[in-house]
Parts: sequence; C-alpha cells; structure tokens
Amino acid sequence: MAASSELNIDHVARLARLALSPQEKAEYSRQLGDVLHHIGQLGKVDVNGVEPTAHAYPVVNVWDEDVPRAGLPVDVALQNAPRQRQHMIAVPKVVE
Amino acid sequence: MNYEAVIGLEVHVQVKTRSKMFTRVAAGYGHEPNTLTDPVVLALPGVLPVMNKAALDAVIKAGLMLGCDIAPVCKWDRKQYFYPDSPKNYQISQYDQPICLGGGVEIELPGPARNVMGEHKRIPLTRIHLEEDVGKLNHFATDSLVDYNRAGTPLMEIVSEPAMHSAEEAYAYLTSLRATMVYGGISDCDMEKGQLRCDANISVRPVGETRLGTKVELKNLNSISFVRDGIAHEIKRQLAVIERGGTIVQETRDYDGQTGVSQSLRSKEMAHDYRYFPDPDLMPVRVDEAWKSRLRSECPELPFDRQRRFMSQYQVPYTITSVLILDRALGDYFEEAARLAGPGRAQAVGNWLVNDLLREIGVAKTDLASAKVRPAQLAELVNLIESGTLLANTARTVFAKMFATGDSPAAIIEREGLTAAPTDAGELEQWCRDAIAGNPKALAEFKAGKESAINAFKGPVMKAAKGRADPKQVDATLRRLLA
Amino acid sequence: MASALHYQTIAGLSAQLAAGRLSSVELTRAVLARTEAVEGRIRAFNSRDEADALKQAADSDARRAAGRSRGPLEGIPVGLKDVIAVTDQPLTASSKMLANFISPYDATVTAKLKQAGAVLWGRLNLDEFAMGSSTENSAFGPTRNPWDLTRVPGGSSGGSAAALAAGTALATLGSDTGGSIRQPAALCGVVGLKPSYGLVSRYGLIAFASSLDQIGPFTRTVEDAAIMLGAIAGHDPLDSTSYRTDVPDYRTALAGKRGPWRIGIPKEYFGEGLDPEVGAAVEKAIAFYRSQNCEIKEVSLPHTQYCLDTYYIIATAEASSNLARFDGIRYGHRAADVTDVEDLYSRSRAEGFGAEVKRRIILGTYVLSSGYYDAYYLRAQKVRTLIRQDFLNAYQEVDALLTPTSPVPAFKLGEKSDPLAMYLCDIYTIGVNLAGLPAVSVPCGFTTGGLPIGLQLIGQPFRETELLAIARDYEQGHDWHTRVPSL
Ligand SMILES: [Mg+2]
Ligand SMILES: [Zn+2]
Repeated sequence: MAASSELNIDHVARLARLALSPQEKAEYSRQLGDVLHHIGQLGKVDVNGVEPTAHAYPVVNVWDEDVPRAGLPVDVALQNAPRQRQHMIAVPKVVE
Repeated sequence: MNYEAVIGLEVHVQVKTRSKMFTRVAAGYGHEPNTLTDPVVLALPGVLPVMNKAALDAVIKAGLMLGCDIAPVCKWDRKQYFYPDSPKNYQISQYDQPICLGGGVEIELPGPARNVMGEHKRIPLTRIHLEEDVGKLNHFATDSLVDYNRAGTPLMEIVSEPAMHSAEEAYAYLTSLRATMVYGGISDCDMEKGQLRCDANISVRPVGETRLGTKVELKNLNSISFVRDGIAHEIKRQLAVIERGGTIVQETRDYDGQTGVSQSLRSKEMAHDYRYFPDPDLMPVRVDEAWKSRLRSECPELPFDRQRRFMSQYQVPYTITSVLILDRALGDYFEEAARLAGPGRAQAVGNWLVNDLLREIGVAKTDLASAKVRPAQLAELVNLIESGTLLANTARTVFAKMFATGDSPAAIIEREGLTAAPTDAGELEQWCRDAIAGNPKALAEFKAGKESAINAFKGPVMKAAKGRADPKQVDATLRRLLA
Repeated sequence: MASALHYQTIAGLSAQLAAGRLSSVELTRAVLARTEAVEGRIRAFNSRDEADALKQAADSDARRAAGRSRGPLEGIPVGLKDVIAVTDQPLTASSKMLANFISPYDATVTAKLKQAGAVLWGRLNLDEFAMGSSTENSAFGPTRNPWDLTRVPGGSSGGSAAALAAGTALATLGSDTGGSIRQPAALCGVVGLKPSYGLVSRYGLIAFASSLDQIGPFTRTVEDAAIMLGAIAGHDPLDSTSYRTDVPDYRTALAGKRGPWRIGIPKEYFGEGLDPEVGAAVEKAIAFYRSQNCEIKEVSLPHTQYCLDTYYIIATAEASSNLARFDGIRYGHRAADVTDVEDLYSRSRAEGFGAEVKRRIILGTYVLSSGYYDAYYLRAQKVRTLIRQDFLNAYQEVDALLTPTSPVPAFKLGEKSDPLAMYLCDIYTIGVNLAGLPAVSVPCGFTTGGLPIGLQLIGQPFRETELLAIARDYEQGHDWHTRVPSL
C-alpha cells in the first residue's frame, strides 16, 4: 500500500485542475494524509483470487438500436454557456 | 552504418452510424455549429451514456475483415484529460480490454512497372478499439470557438505494430485499410471530412538492431499523400540528425503538407496521466459466436482477394483489376456485366468499364450509381461487338448515346441505322470491284507481290460503306476478287 | 398539529382528493403557507416557484375533474433534492459552480413524477454535490433540523428530510451514495428509502459516485414510500445500469405481505461509537420484532471494518471523474480575467467548488493517478466483492438485517469539523451502497433531548416489497411516525 507521504499535492491539484492556495494545499495535505493513513488498512485484506466488483448487478450488452432522436435546439444547447459567439462556445485561444 | 526506419500507424476511423456512440442524437458532417447536440453530448449534469449497437457491429465486422481476434468480453474505460473539445473531460474508450486484438492489413508495394503487380505483405495490427470522437475547435485571433457536432461520433482506433519500414509501405497500408473500411461499409473514410485520421510513430535504427530507436510522433497528417510525404520527410530528418552526431528527441511533431516542413509541438509540461478506470455508467460487452457469425456473413470479400479472383476467374489483366477493386460497387458492376456477357468476354467488359465508362463518368462529374449505363447494357454492347454485329468505331458512338440516354445498344443501333455489315453481300462486292478498278497502280503492285498494296483499296470501300463494313469481310472479298 | 394538511400522508390526502373533499390547489396552498411560515428558520429550499406549483396544482385539479387522474400522486406536492434535473428549472447541487444553471431537460424520475400527476415543488438543499452528512457543505448555507434548529438535519439530502419533517412538502426525493437518504431521514424522524442499485433510473441525477448513487423517497410512512417508489422505479433505457426487473404496485403488494420475518442482527454494527440512547432504541425495536414471533438471529458481516475505506476510495475516484465536466466551458462558473484555458479550468474549479468537494476530488484524483490504481481503486473493488458477499451470505439465513441508521442523533451545526469524524457518520449505511442493496430508515424513538432516532432495515436485492413490509410491521406497532416537531 502506498504511504500517505507520497501525496504530492501540487501534482494532484494540477491533474484535477484545481488552483489551490498555499493554505488549502497545507490543509488538504494534512487531512488527506490522515484519510490515506486510515485507508491504508485495506492493504491487510487478502484479496487473492477475488474478482473486482464494478457493478452491483452486472449485466452485459446494454445498448440502443441506431435510431436517431431529436437533439437540443442550438439556443437551448448554449443557454448556460458563460461565453458564446457565432453559436459556438468561446474559450481563451487554445494553442495546439 | 546502414539505417532502417520503423513506422507504426495509429489510425482513427469514424464509424458510419446514424446516431452517436453513446447517445441517439444524429451524427453528421457539415451541419451548422452545435446543431447535433443533446444533454449527453454536452455532458450536462446528470446525463448517462448508452451504447450504439450499430457501432459495435461495425467494429466487430472491421475486426473480422482484418483477421483480428474478437474479445469475448470487452469493457469501457474513461481516459481522463482536460481539453475544451472534450465535453466530459474524459473520453469513453477501451484501455486494457479492446474489442479486437491482432489481425493485419494486406498491402501491395509498387511493382517494377505500372502494369506489373508489386510485392504483397501483411502489416500486423496490435488492436482495434472503439471510442468517441471529440468536438472541433476553431481558432480566431483572440479566442477559440467550440463546436460539439462531431463530439460523441463513434470512432475506431486501429493501431498497427511498428512493422513498416518506408513511407511507401505506410502509404500502401493506409490505402488498403481505407479500401477495406469502405468495402465493409464501416466508414466513408473521407480524410477531408476527418473520417480517417492518421498519426505516425517513426524511429530509425541500425540495420540488424532489434530494439526500437527513440520515436517521434507525427500528427495532423490529413491526406494519404501527406502521410507518405511527412513520413519520408521525418525519416530523412532523423537520419540527418544522426549523421550530424546528434540524438533523436522523443517529441510530437506537426507536418505541414502544404510546405513540406515539420515542427516540434510545444511539449506538454506534464507527462500524461490519463487515470484510466472502468466507466461505471456502462456495462461490458459480450460477443458470442452467433453474433460473430452473423457479422462474418455480412463481411464482403477483401479488395486484394477480389483482385486475385478477377485475374484468375476472368483472366482480366492486373492493370484493369487494380482499377476494378478500387470501389466495391465498381467490382460488383463488373462481375454482373461479365456474367451477363458470358464466357470469354470478361476482359472486354473490364476494358469498356475501366476505359470508357469511368472516363465518361469522370467527364460528366457523376458516379457509377447514377450512371445510366447498367451492367446488362454494357454486356449487350460487348456481345454485339464480339459477334461482329457492331464495329469498334461504331461501338464508341453507340456507347456515347447509351451513356447519354440509358437506352440499350440494340435500340440505339436500330434507331440510328448503325448495323455493322452491309445487309447485301452483292453491294459489298460491287464496292470492292469499283475500288480495284479505280486504282490500277495498286492492282499492279499487288499482282507483283506487294502484299500491303491491298490496303489501298480498303479506304474507298469503307467510304462507300459509310464506315459500316466489317473490315474482315472487306479484306476477304478483296482477296477473292484479286485472286 | 398532526391533522394539518401539511402533515398528512400521501395515502390519506390522495383519498381526500379522490373523494373531492380537497383540491390540489387547496393542498398546495396549505403547503405554500406552511413554507412561508417556517422556511425562514429551516432553510430547506434552494429555490421554489410558488406560481409554478399552483399552476401544476390547477392542472392536476383539471385532470381530475376530467376523469384523467394519474394515480395516488395526482395533485400531491413533492419536493426534489437539487441534484435532480427539471426542465427550465434551476439545478445547482448546492454549488457556486452551478448557481446560475437552468436545466434544459428532465431527469427520468422527474418525468415519471410528472407522469404520475405530482406537483413538483421546490429544489431542496444538500451538501454540495451530495458530499457530506450534515448539509453544512452547501454554497447556500446550511439547513436546520426542524426538531432542533441548532442541529443539522443530516446529509447529504438534508433539505429533503428537513422539508418533509417541517411540513413544507408531502414527500421528497433524495439521493443516497453512502447513506444520504437514510441518515438524514433518521436525524429528522421520517422514513427514507434507498432502493436497490439499478431499480430507479439515475438519468438526470447529478452524479457523485456512479456505481453507488441511487435516488429514493422521503415520506412520513412506509406506505407512502411504497407509493413513491412505485412512481419512480422501473427500467430506463437512458440508464445503462438500470436493472430489468418487474416493478410491482408496491403499495398493493405491500398490503399482502405479512410476517413473521427472519431478521438478522449484524454484530459488527453494535460496537464502539454507537450512542447509548440510539443503541437502546434499536434494542427495543429488536425486542418488538421478537414479540411479533419474528426469528431474530445474530449474523456476522466480517468485512464491515473495511466498508468506510472501500467506500471513500470508490466514491472519491468516481467523483473526481464525474466532476471533471464542471470546467467553466459549456456551463457553470467561469473565473474572470483568465489568461488561457488552463487558467480558466483551474481557477473556475477552485472558485466554483467548496472545500469538501475539492478535498474529495483531490483524494479521488490521487487514488486513480499513475501507479496507484491497483493499490487503491482496484483493491477497493475487490474488497467490495467481499463486502457484498458478506451480505449475500447473511441472506441465506435471514430476510432482512436490522441496524441503527446513524451511530448518533442529530449533532450541532459546526460540531464535526474534522472530515474523518464526519465520514464516520456513515459507517452503518455505506455497506448497503457497496453491496447495492435496498435499505430503509424508519423512526424508532427519540432521545431524552427530543431528537429522532432511526432504525435501518436492509433488504435483499430487488425485494423492496418484503423490506417495506418488515418496516411497515414495525411502524404499525408504534406511533413515532405520527409525531411532529414544534415549529
Ligand atoms: Mg473540456
Ligand atoms: Zn483514440
């Protein structure tokens, strides 16, 4: 089991796209260190040969036939957009 | 030292479905921005994905055509990264359990001459998986605009082994892969519409070395020729770096097909950490034998198999079959016309199809499906020629009218009075006598043993016959009279 | 007080509406008046639209007059937790991130309630994105417990529980990922049902942890819970995890089910940390069932001690992914004066999310990050298998399990500032979510201080009828459910 000291808060906050203040970083590091320490006890469970449970009641092949349905009118699709222009969502210029 | 290039291709192919991969809003190209969205496409709070059965059918079919193993069970994973064209900021994809494993793409390398078949080989595949496409970013001076019409379109990712060694092989691979996908009705593979997209991983290594060199990823290769040019350019670039004593840096480069220049893309500050995990909103897919055999029965013959069959079954030459297999409908057309024309006439059918029908279609800017000349009419035309009823020259005139009107050749011949031989053999004999009498010099030469002098009589006979006399019959009549 | 319209049951009101002794407009007016009178102290609602509710009520009355009543929920005001989408209505998840979001679509449960003729009334407060056990983690401020305004209503569906307890709705919907229906139901003295995973569609429920979330009702009685469940349950083609099973008329089916039952008492649920008054009340409930000739059997769920850790890994991992869509691009809070897209993401999310949400996103991101997946998420999924197997083993011998719902009654606002202490509120409820089981909390007494206590009954997969019948038998032997707070 990974040790709690390995939580690199800068790296994880960057992955999660959260701009945390230094205080938040310190606080979360401490609190999550406690939580991870607690979680560490899962390492004691013998899970050899145990299948993971992804769904409580797994079934397979849940699908739809390929029959199109009506979508949203463009003005409704964009009604919650913070910024839009020419019926598209405007974002700061992306350099690819 | 001698170096060899090692190339692997990652090809994304949009699956041709009516609705999107995980929701039933219509999929399509060329629509007004953001008119093909729904709550699921936009990843509104609370929405959930539901698989599109037709997309699964298509990818299994693609796998069967390419000889892949179809996984008995596969699942969906979330590939997580933030980007404005990705509405959920994760892509539903397949990570450790793709639907197709292994398989390969048969390719043909250029032959020693245009009319000689080149070497064939099989490029092995690593996997094919299904995922969803992202939206499209349009860049402006101060901002970028996002259109989610494309987002959620079913997308196949076809990953080859690093098993190609030249730009030509990569070109041949893409050509063959595209033909296969189009044959299977899986995608239209129009690169201009982004229906087929290709990234190439390229490295070089000393000949004999088995380990791979440092690879460079080449992106945005948006036409098949650009793929070839870009790879050739990149191989040259890497060899030049090594020649200068430098080392290859692992990077992603962008190749500009217009200028033929590549440049390094700003390397991301952070190595990718996609945090893949099984999508809890979707259930796994189980593919049983019945499903596979149903799809197998829908798989068409592959282009190269068809070419080999056309060559052996119909004795049609390589150059013609190379054209006939470019399009599944063209090959179907050929087979139907050849069948109707009967034994021994397939080659003539092939010639008329490739040389005449395709030319007229090109000139008229139409397509085979809307061409008025149908296989039965082309077969009839060939039979009229082969039976000597119609002469080659006249046949071209008849064909032009068939293409314009869609009428049968018999109807056109009847209407225009274009029957091949004169109905009256006596009439022909008279024309021949007149021609001989009108050219005593040639007659003397022929009598003196100059065989070719006979040709001098043929022009006036044809003229008298208004071109409708059968040259063989004219020749025979002249010889009889001259004997 | 208990005879006031706003404290009656759906079953009773529905009979009056059907008999023409009451109109939906009258009933809705009574609920609006009650809300006007007490909501200032409770703060259960994030938003409410009186005019819209009255219009729906008038429509209902018109349908009924035309002989087109849609069943027992026709004309009954029902509140929704503010994570359930209603077309053209706000949907906030009690987050600054979605403070201005208007839903362009209906959740499946919303569509079903409309189809059942219910009057949709108000969006109810919660812990932001359903993360919490006290409804203090709301961007719009905490909801108060109607039994003691200095205390929390529980969470995360605190608004849904408090509104019902305060008489400002006649039934409400909540969502339960680790106890978020049952725990607030216990703390507010009402019935709270978490159905089997997959019985009720999640389409239109803002996802917290997809493999654990389930929508369920808060009601005054078990029979009302059966009525609500009947309206919202059933296979939904829009939710791939929705289970294909026959949905009976629970209310009718319930009436036909009688004990005695075989009831298991999991010994691991009665250990350290259990408030003595809660423990005593639950013991009395056990004694009641024994007196009804039920077979009471001690059982063991040996992996119980791993539930909390397993839950926090799975729930935060899934949440970190589910909440990635809240990025300020297509909707939601967008930070001002951003320099580029990365700045937009990081600042919009930092500004839009509250502390607990950020804490869980960080934890969830960490456990999924490169090199940790196997040690955390995959291992948790395997332990989940063992936990689920514990329950299924127990059901070889018993029809249902009986436990306390919450180890403690309602606590003071601000009392649990340490995240780990708050997480311990869920120790009796999260195993049920990990195993995907149905469970219900029913009122089973009061502390000496007058705070409600809840009893949890855990049923077998998709055997909601039996589960509710067992709960109904307890309810019929007691009058806890008839008590109302003095407000
Ligand atoms: Mg994005
Ligand atoms: Zn891909």
